[in-house]
Amino acid sequence: MLTIKNINTYYGQVHALKNVSLHLQEGEIVTLIGANGAGKTTLLNSISGIVPPKSGQILFSGEPIHELPPHGIVERGISQVPEGRQVFKPLSVEDNLELGAYLRCRKRDGKKEAKETMTMVFDLFPILMERRKQLAGTLSGGEQQMLAIGRALMAKPKIMLLDEPSMGLAPLVVQEIFRVIENLAREKKTTVLLVEQNARVALKTASRGYVLETGKVILDGDAADLMENRDVQRAYLGRDKKEIWER
Amino acid sequence: MEGVFIQTLVSGLLIGFLYALIAVGLTMIFGMMEIVNFAHGDYLMIAMYFSYWFFVLFGMDPLYSLPAVTLLLFGLGILTYYLLIKPIINAPMLSQIFVTFGVLIFLRGLATFLWKVDYRMIPQTVLSGNIQLGDVYIGIPQLTAAAGAIICNGLLLWFLKKTRLGMALEAVSEDKEAARLMGINSDRMFALAWGIGIATVGVAGALLTSFYYVFPEVGANFGVITFVVVALGGFGSVTGAFAAGIIVGLVEVLSGFLIGPQFKFMFVLFLYLAVVLIRPQGLLGKK
Repeated sequence: MLTIKNINTYYGQVHALKNVSLHLQEGEIVTLIGANGAGKTTLLNSISGIVPPKSGQILFSGEPIHELPPHGIVERGISQVPEGRQVFKPLSVEDNLELGAYLRCRKRDGKKEAKETMTMVFDLFPILMERRKQLAGTLSGGEQQMLAIGRALMAKPKIMLLDEPSMGLAPLVVQEIFRVIENLAREKKTTVLLVEQNARVALKTASRGYVLETGKVILDGDAADLMENRDVQRAYLGRDKKEIWER
Repeated sequence: MEGVFIQTLVSGLLIGFLYALIAVGLTMIFGMMEIVNFAHGDYLMIAMYFSYWFFVLFGMDPLYSLPAVTLLLFGLGILTYYLLIKPIINAPMLSQIFVTFGVLIFLRGLATFLWKVDYRMIPQTVLSGNIQLGDVYIGIPQLTAAAGAIICNGLLLWFLKKTRLGMALEAVSEDKEAARLMGINSDRMFALAWGIGIATVGVAGALLTSFYYVFPEVGANFGVITFVVVALGGFGSVTGAFAAGIIVGLVEVLSGFLIGPQFKFMFVLFLYLAVVLIRPQGLLGKK
């Protein structure tokens, strides 16, 4: 569904992604794990067109999209839930959601369809329904994360890019959010690319995974295999510490 | 004595609304892309000349040519964005200052070249005259200008808070990257902000021409006052600019009345210093 072929992305002089390749199949959850600064967010921003790649290709259903502007990419059906939620704090929950459907509302019947999607989002996150008149800045971290996911869903994406949805949240809230993500993939057939530092939760939820280190994909495979992988365990799951220490 | 005092208050209030209208455009452009438009007052000058020439060439009263002047300035704002601002949008602040300051010098030079340094005034407009309320005289042009400024500001607030396009503008000003991820074309929003920001100056200029001299340097004074208003209200805050406009108008006339007209701008600038020293983010500004 989405194929990334050997992309190279630069932030100014910094070579942030080096020959990265990756693919997503419809309805699957794929996770991207790696340390801070490994290039995970850059990869999502390259897909979203915020930081377009210098070379390489990104194909969506066989069509190249790496030269499209961000709004063109949202229009094709790829939405991102950015790191740190980035909800529009001075706007109400409802207005935030409406902005998520910004492009759809410009079409005929778009407004009515967007209303239906909003009902769907409220079903997923009932708390947002309760707080729909509240300013987004007054929500708790977990609620803001739900809003950010809901806002991305308003565009009715085929692919969702999630950047660290668990960041700074209590374990119970993380559980709830991951339950929703799993549901999206299973029932709504939404494809999910999940960037996480919390590798344990991510690998449990995903079917496949990629490990990114200093801008390169160093490992990829089934989530279950990655979970068993010694290097992954040592670097990202915090097991095997003793062995390193003993050596 | 009391009557004079009330008279002063009223005129301060009236001019304050107009200051607010001029400042709203500046603060909106800044809020969107953190670029300070130093030429803001000179767009006002251009709008006033447009009004003036509509009167001289076509015999149109400034009030009637207001929609045309507003539209022309809207176009000028969009043109400015695509021609001059877009290329420097990610440039260092100093380059941005040079560009908008360059526009200031260019517009003043152009006006001097085309229309000389003469002070021009429309002798008789449909609004000429006064109304009397007790001891207080209110000029009809000033009253119309204040009313127009209130209406225009109200429309702008409604547009920003209640329409989808207005919300998209707010979203870009709040978080450009997140807005782009929602599919909002930030480039087009920037152009729109310039269009609207300069169009509000068009309205103000058209209203001002009914009772104010038109000359190439007219933007200088208004420009400085506008910066005080925007700083006081908080850079980027539309509601803040509105409140601050009224405060600055009142400070100007009250200090002129109580201390002496030659000192009135001094106190306005004191106000600016006080804001910068005590509350740099302004009344309603984001940090």
